[in-house]
Amino acid sequence: MMSAVALQMVGVAGLLGLAVLAIVLSRSKFATAVIYGATMVICLAALAGALRWLLGGPVDATGLVLPVGLPWLGAHFRMDALAAFFLVVVNLGGAAASLYGLGYGRHESSPHRVLPFFPAFLAGMNLVVLADDAFSYLLCWEFMSLASWALVMAHHREAGNARAGYIYLVMASFGTLALLLAFGLLAGPAGDYGFAAIRNTPHTPNVAILVLILMLLGAGSKAGLLPLHVWLPLAHPAAPSHVSALMSGVMTKVAIYGFIRVVFDLLGQPTWPASVIVLGLGSITAVMGILYAMMESDLKRLLAYSTIENIGIIFVSLGLALAFQANGQKLPAALAFTAALFHVLNHSFFKSLLFFGAGALLTATGERDMDRLGGLIHRMPLTSFVVLIGCVAISALPPFNGFVSEWLIFQAVLQSPGLPQWALKIMVPAVGAMLALAAALAAACFVKMFGVTFLGRPRSPAAETAVEVDRYSLAAMSILAALCLLAGILPGPVMDALSPVAVEMTGGRLPVQAHAPWLSIVPISESRGSYNGLLVMVFIAISASLAVFFIHRFASHALRRGPAWGCGFPDSVPAAQYSGASFAQPIRRVFGTLLFNARDHVEMPAPGDTRPARLRIELHDLIWEWLYQPLAGAVGYAADRLNALQFLTIRRYLSLVFATLVTLLLVLAIWS
Amino acid sequence: MVVIPDIIVQGLQMLLVLLLAPLLTGFVRKIKARLLRRQGASMFQPYRDLLRLLRKEVVLADNASWLFRVTPYVTFAAIWVAAALVPTFASGLLFNWTADLIAIVALLGSARFFLALAGMDVGTSFGGIGSSREVMIAALAEPAMLLIVFCMALVAGSTQLSTVANFMASSDVGLRVSLGMAVIALIMVALAENARIPVDNPATHLELTMVHEAMVLEYSGRHLAMIEFGAFLKLLLYVSLIACVFLPWNIALFGTGPLAYAVGAAAYVVKLAVAGFLLALFETATAKMRVFRVPQFLGAALMLGLLGTLLLFVSRSF
Repeated sequence: MMSAVALQMVGVAGLLGLAVLAIVLSRSKFATAVIYGATMVICLAALAGALRWLLGGPVDATGLVLPVGLPWLGAHFRMDALAAFFLVVVNLGGAAASLYGLGYGRHESSPHRVLPFFPAFLAGMNLVVLADDAFSYLLCWEFMSLASWALVMAHHREAGNARAGYIYLVMASFGTLALLLAFGLLAGPAGDYGFAAIRNTPHTPNVAILVLILMLLGAGSKAGLLPLHVWLPLAHPAAPSHVSALMSGVMTKVAIYGFIRVVFDLLGQPTWPASVIVLGLGSITAVMGILYAMMESDLKRLLAYSTIENIGIIFVSLGLALAFQANGQKLPAALAFTAALFHVLNHSFFKSLLFFGAGALLTATGERDMDRLGGLIHRMPLTSFVVLIGCVAISALPPFNGFVSEWLIFQAVLQSPGLPQWALKIMVPAVGAMLALAAALAAACFVKMFGVTFLGRPRSPAAETAVEVDRYSLAAMSILAALCLLAGILPGPVMDALSPVAVEMTGGRLPVQAHAPWLSIVPISESRGSYNGLLVMVFIAISASLAVFFIHRFASHALRRGPAWGCGFPDSVPAAQYSGASFAQPIRRVFGTLLFNARDHVEMPAPGDTRPARLRIELHDLIWEWLYQPLAGAVGYAADRLNALQFLTIRRYLSLVFATLVTLLLVLAIWS
Repeated sequence: MVVIPDIIVQGLQMLLVLLLAPLLTGFVRKIKARLLRRQGASMFQPYRDLLRLLRKEVVLADNASWLFRVTPYVTFAAIWVAAALVPTFASGLLFNWTADLIAIVALLGSARFFLALAGMDVGTSFGGIGSSREVMIAALAEPAMLLIVFCMALVAGSTQLSTVANFMASSDVGLRVSLGMAVIALIMVALAENARIPVDNPATHLELTMVHEAMVLEYSGRHLAMIEFGAFLKLLLYVSLIACVFLPWNIALFGTGPLAYAVGAAAYVVKLAVAGFLLALFETATAKMRVFRVPQFLGAALMLGLLGTLLLFVSRSF
């Protein structure tokens, strides 16, 4: 009998084999069906293995050492509860994306650019989660980044995609550099890169805080923390939609896994200033992410920005867990940590679902700009229904899953008066208010997304003639929608399944939710707060049915169709409807004036001039303009200066080499 | 079965909010009219309005989708469930623990989400303007609401409304600065959430300043009846919420028998009347503000909530 980790590695090997097979098969017409079908089967098997570990208790904790990598180290792989949970997220997302790909992939113009990298990307993500030493971790991390970069560049001739790929590559290299330094600091001068050795070494507070900052840079740049998020809204939309779903719904979670692994597991006991940094960054990311999304009218970019928001929420929750952990409050720490993991799971469900929905719209209409869509609820009833579920879930509204994790985070926020530090006492309520703001803005944003895209009247011929998408895509979306509802009405079992992870990382154990009456969730004690998604759902269903029954029993049944009331302006054109930009106007005016330097310019033609009046919206991405553009300018300037070094004589090169050598030796001599 | 009386009491509560909600709105309208030295319609006019709407046919826009027809029932159900979970005459009812205050606020959020979508469904500018402003006001009101919840939970140690009400009613809470701030903030949020003056005007239908009424402009007949009923219920919900947290006197404790329930119910009706009178007085005395003044108004509520919370950190006795 093979160990659990060995079985998972067999799956990874299978995925890598599929990548090779895809290169061979890529010109065949069966390639799409074979590759996606086989990827789905392997992902489901890996999912089953991870679930068995998570639900059935540790099967065996033995690691696996492969004779590759550094000669004195080898490549270590190991599975624990944390890894098992993230394997569930990765492989569930992978299976759903493969099922979706079975239908969506048939419309792919260049399958040979997608098929080999898709299983390789999934293999990379699985490997990152399984890696048990710093060297293989970084190697797998780079493999994952490169595979996803290749997928971003799949349609490299489309406008903007090459730039997206370039920026992604720069940010990914930067992130890996930060991770490299972090692991270097962790391993210390002894240089043992195994996670087990790092875990057993004590770290000084200065090293710990430095590692935390490097992890925020490294994992944060992959996850999309502000201000390192810039590549995300460019690269995620550039990839084919099922890959966008994987990148947004799953790869950002792998980055969060890296953060948790290092900060909660390897670093040991945290200190409270660490939590202040994480809480601050997380809450700013959450609010800014959703405000960016609110200003966006490109569907996939909107979804990518909303991913940034959700990453912020997860980091806030992790920051809370750190704060409680630093003060030895194990139970609230476990609550905040469970909330973070629950949100990781939820976000992977509804973000994948929404990206699939965006892909379905792309297949049906060829449009990503919501201001050219509209009225699709009539043309694509099934897609619109499942996307509506995704929108309600991501807006954190009961009885769906997004609300449960937000509710748990708020419960953790309410535990903060027990914290002894004043900075945290004052900060946490403010962070809670920011979270509430982000949740309300998310609801606004998804009203806009669904309302402009699916409701109203079609704004273009493509939207007018759209047809429903294929069965595979619908199946993938329906499964995810069902999971959103299930996790929302039965949160207790999910929390119980997350319990071993929380115990492993925080040492606190929440009450077993299966023992709570009526399947409610009671995170701390019943008098503090409880929530029952199932009963809320049943109550809503009963009261809605009662209302429908009485109305249909006693009220008039008459119904007449007529033209919409035009307020004296009949037959307005569809272009006169509220668009994405006009829907965002109140929020743009309230928040954007300061945060985006937003201005509305009305250009009125002179009297007698027959040109139409125009409204121009001016928006600035201040992070891009104030941080990245000066940085890029400085790099370009330095490169221009250093360019002179290319044209030196051999004597000068030799003297440069000599000078470097002398300087280094001098440094070494003074240092020691 | 021991739960049967509990279920009956819970059912009574659901029925009570349903029956009283239109009366509260009618009462407020009547008082407003009297304050303006008008005769005003009868207090029972909202019931007649509802019945009239139910008898009328529905005129549906040509391109209205199924979502437009489902929304009235969904919003009504969500608000009704939320209203039934707020303790009115008795605390600790059977299903009160199903959802705490955060969940109740989120249920109202669900109702608003669907209503805002319905406003976008027909594709006229009126619906769009109403929806976009409604979600803006919600985005500003929700952080303030959370801080109020936070403030309350700090005092009472729970977000569970029954527990909060029992705590406020039983122990000697006394007058506190922080709770005073919280109640003012909660009233401001309630005014915004219920589309009352000075944030919105519930009496107008055709003015560009309107928010809520523009969003539901396309509705007619039984659908409009459901939406109006939902709005009545929401007003009642917020009044009950303020009453049960900040004025919990004579609220019947769980299982104290029919007599206590009757006393609780009588006290509840009195509280509603007082609240309705104060609301009418306030609405008559102020003017509606510009839409883009609302951020300042709700920002003040947010700051009051934050200040109340911080005062509680300084000392639990504030």
